Amino acid sequence: TATKITLPMEQMFDMEAESDEQKEITQRPKGDNKIQYLLTCIGFAVGLGNVWRFPYLCQTYGGGAFLIPYVIALVFEGLPLLHMELAIGQRLRMGSVGVWSSISPYQGGVGVASMLVSFLVGLFYNMILAWILWYFFHSFQSPLPWRDCPINISVNYFWYRETLNMTPNIETSGSLQWWLVLCLASAWCIVYICFIRGIETVGKAIYATATFPYLVLTIFLITALTLPGASDGLIYLFTLNWETLKNPKVWLDAATQIFFSLSLAFGGLIAFSSYNPQKNNCERDALIVGCVNSFTSIYASIPIFVILGFKANENNNNCQNWNILTLTNAFNIGVGNITLENYGEWLNYLNKTDPSEVESLNLKACNLQTFLEEVASGTGLAFILFTEAVIEMPASQVWAVLFFVMLFCLSLSSMFGNLEGVLTPLLDLHIVPPWIPKEAFTGLICLISFAVALIFTLGSGNYWLEIFNSYVGSVPLLIIAFFEIIAVAYVYGINRFNDDIEWMTGRRPNIYWQATWRFISPFMLLVVFVAYVVIEAEKQPTYNAWNPDYVHYPLADVLHYPEWVFAICVLLSILPVVAIPLVAFYKFMSSRALEYAGCLCCLPACSAFLALSYNGALEHPDVIKPFKLLQFEFQLSGKTSIPM
Amino acid sequence: MIAYADFKIESLAYFSKKMPNHVRWVLQQIKSRIERLNALFRPVMHYNCSAHHEGTNMTEEASNISSDTAAYPWSKNEMFLFRAALAFAMRDYTNGEEFGVSDIHPCDETERVSFWFVVTRPNTTDLVDKGTVEMAIKKSRNRINGAFLLTDQTLEFDGIYPTLAAPVSPATPPWLIVFGVVMGAVSVGIIALLVYPLVQRKLKKNKDADDEDSDEETGVKTAEIGANDGIYNSMFSDDERFTQM
Repeated sequence: TATKITLPMEQMFDMEAESDEQKEITQRPKGDNKIQYLLTCIGFAVGLGNVWRFPYLCQTYGGGAFLIPYVIALVFEGLPLLHMELAIGQRLRMGSVGVWSSISPYQGGVGVASMLVSFLVGLFYNMILAWILWYFFHSFQSPLPWRDCPINISVNYFWYRETLNMTPNIETSGSLQWWLVLCLASAWCIVYICFIRGIETVGKAIYATATFPYLVLTIFLITALTLPGASDGLIYLFTLNWETLKNPKVWLDAATQIFFSLSLAFGGLIAFSSYNPQKNNCERDALIVGCVNSFTSIYASIPIFVILGFKANENNNNCQNWNILTLTNAFNIGVGNITLENYGEWLNYLNKTDPSEVESLNLKACNLQTFLEEVASGTGLAFILFTEAVIEMPASQVWAVLFFVMLFCLSLSSMFGNLEGVLTPLLDLHIVPPWIPKEAFTGLICLISFAVALIFTLGSGNYWLEIFNSYVGSVPLLIIAFFEIIAVAYVYGINRFNDDIEWMTGRRPNIYWQATWRFISPFMLLVVFVAYVVIEAEKQPTYNAWNPDYVHYPLADVLHYPEWVFAICVLLSILPVVAIPLVAFYKFMSSRALEYAGCLCCLPACSAFLALSYNGALEHPDVIKPFKLLQFEFQLSGKTSIPM
Repeated sequence: MIAYADFKIESLAYFSKKMPNHVRWVLQQIKSRIERLNALFRPVMHYNCSAHHEGTNMTEEASNISSDTAAYPWSKNEMFLFRAALAFAMRDYTNGEEFGVSDIHPCDETERVSFWFVVTRPNTTDLVDKGTVEMAIKKSRNRINGAFLLTDQTLEFDGIYPTLAAPVSPATPPWLIVFGVVMGAVSVGIIALLVYPLVQRKLKKNKDADDEDSDEETGVKTAEIGANDGIYNSMFSDDERFTQM
């Protein structure tokens, strides 16, 4: 008959899926419903970068014009990689290590690299959570503690001295700051309580942590629009500066931003989608997650810009009022005669009558544009610029609490993905003896991470965090993503992948997906990687140090990394990536000696490789498994009709 | 009225720079006579502060005060209030010397609400030195500010800098309280989530122990109870499926 022959193949896939499932003694946990799954992925993708990196890029690259390279990068790089990760996780129902080992034993290193990167990123990301908690705890005072500080720029003082107690350079380690240790401990406890039962508890927590930021952003947006100076910020955001598109750095930044913003190559997305039922429309999920992430970035930048416009306006008014007061005092003019409007006329008049006196006053040059251009990203935006703006707003405590809770929710939902990218592969590999309950293992991982992350609570902790952020969270991810897409497109086979997706979603991926998976995305990744490395290599490895004794204080002191620190930077970049060739090499060497692999050593690393090879054995073509052989035959010949 | 006459004479003098010298002399004579008349009627009033603060060199006696609230309505009544407040400050500092309103002499008022003043000892014409006046003002600064509903930033005594209040440091830093609340809640949650399944399992075991005594199950182990026993060998499961072909 000419009916579409899918039934036998369906059975094949069903059986393979069933046998995979039955490999696990316990059933794979699952989330409660589809909404939870979407919220988990969205929460993982939407993180601090949407709030404090994207607006900064918009600001630097001429407002609205940045959206063009951003959308192009989303369409040609972000969405295809996202779809691929969700599909592969859903199909193979394992964490990152298991998934890539299933595709090819030599690719297992990609999963290990993902796991390592997730672990390292999780270390410093939770430190940022600790800082947010610190500011949150301090927002319940009246007045806010960063308003009245001994030194001129009190917000800076509160951040650099009270919070971080930062040392002047990275060699000076300082001591453990007990208050930061407390905050870090509470951050890890909160993460642990959400992770206690794995995806089940995470799924409950995600309802709050994924939706609350949107609520707060809306509140901020509505309130900020009523503040004076709101229009200045908005105009600044939406003035299109087409010239910036000619700068290649814009395209590079757009590509890297979309890549890191979607949290690709961490293994967390693969882990989340592995908890899905297999018959799930992952294509639509990918489109939803990708578009919601970009929409959130744009939506978040509006209140940020409005509030920055308000702050710039306040600063400008203060500056001009200071000038007016100085003139009033010097020339004994009646108070209220010089206003912001007629300041120019008065200045001209006074300059004509007594230019030397005016000269001696050292009036400031107040320019709104200069204040608007005070760009900041990252911790500078949240803990310095924003706290400064919050002081000026009425009911500051409320705004501070809301803001920090929002940041906390954003980073907590991203932490879920990080930790999931570490836990799921480890649990899938059955490294853990079955008598250790999952809760204890999760607690152990949290404890180890907390212990290692204590370096970030030192006086020089912020410098180390910057190092981790720049060197771990960038180049290794690009490499891992490149190997991922090569693995799926060429090792697993794009046709086989298409069949899987058709089986899962009922629809074969269209030409857009085919083109991007096969050629466009790998090419873009390669270009981005090369450009990124070239640009980073050109820059000197320097860092900004906070040194009160610096000549030009309060400007940052620019120092070079010492040799040993730079070696650590390079090590951090290389360590995750080196897992890829190492595992491939190991597999290659021991593929024949598999059956004789006794106990190599008791180190956890070796047992990980052992577990990897155990998994690999079941995929090995020589192992007799009738259904496997049949499947291979069908794959080689494509779709054939089976006489029934 | 006499003050008004003063002003008039001054302005006349200003506007008639080109007047012949003898006219100017006459006007000056009139002015000095009026001044002497003033001295007659109010012997302790009208100090010429200019003598005490030539240009920017302030001498011992005079102090400058200025207010920079844009719309502060200044009037003679406000000036009276100021003098009363200063008298209070002097009394407070010197512990009882009976300074009165008449002992504070403001002068050189400008449109900007800025003026100089000198203080004399009660019932004499001896000037109080600037240092003492400044110390008295520093001590009662809050009261003076409060009298005018102004602050240290809006009522400025030239040369007298406001003493910053010591920062309030409560016994327990408030952030530790919030931290304690949050950590307490989280710890309780963790313990509850860890202990709850253990308790449930124990209850279930007791319940099962009770049940097993009552009826004996000899039938096939159902999937729920039997799934955790033994190792599932995927090779030999699902045989039924293939008979469909």
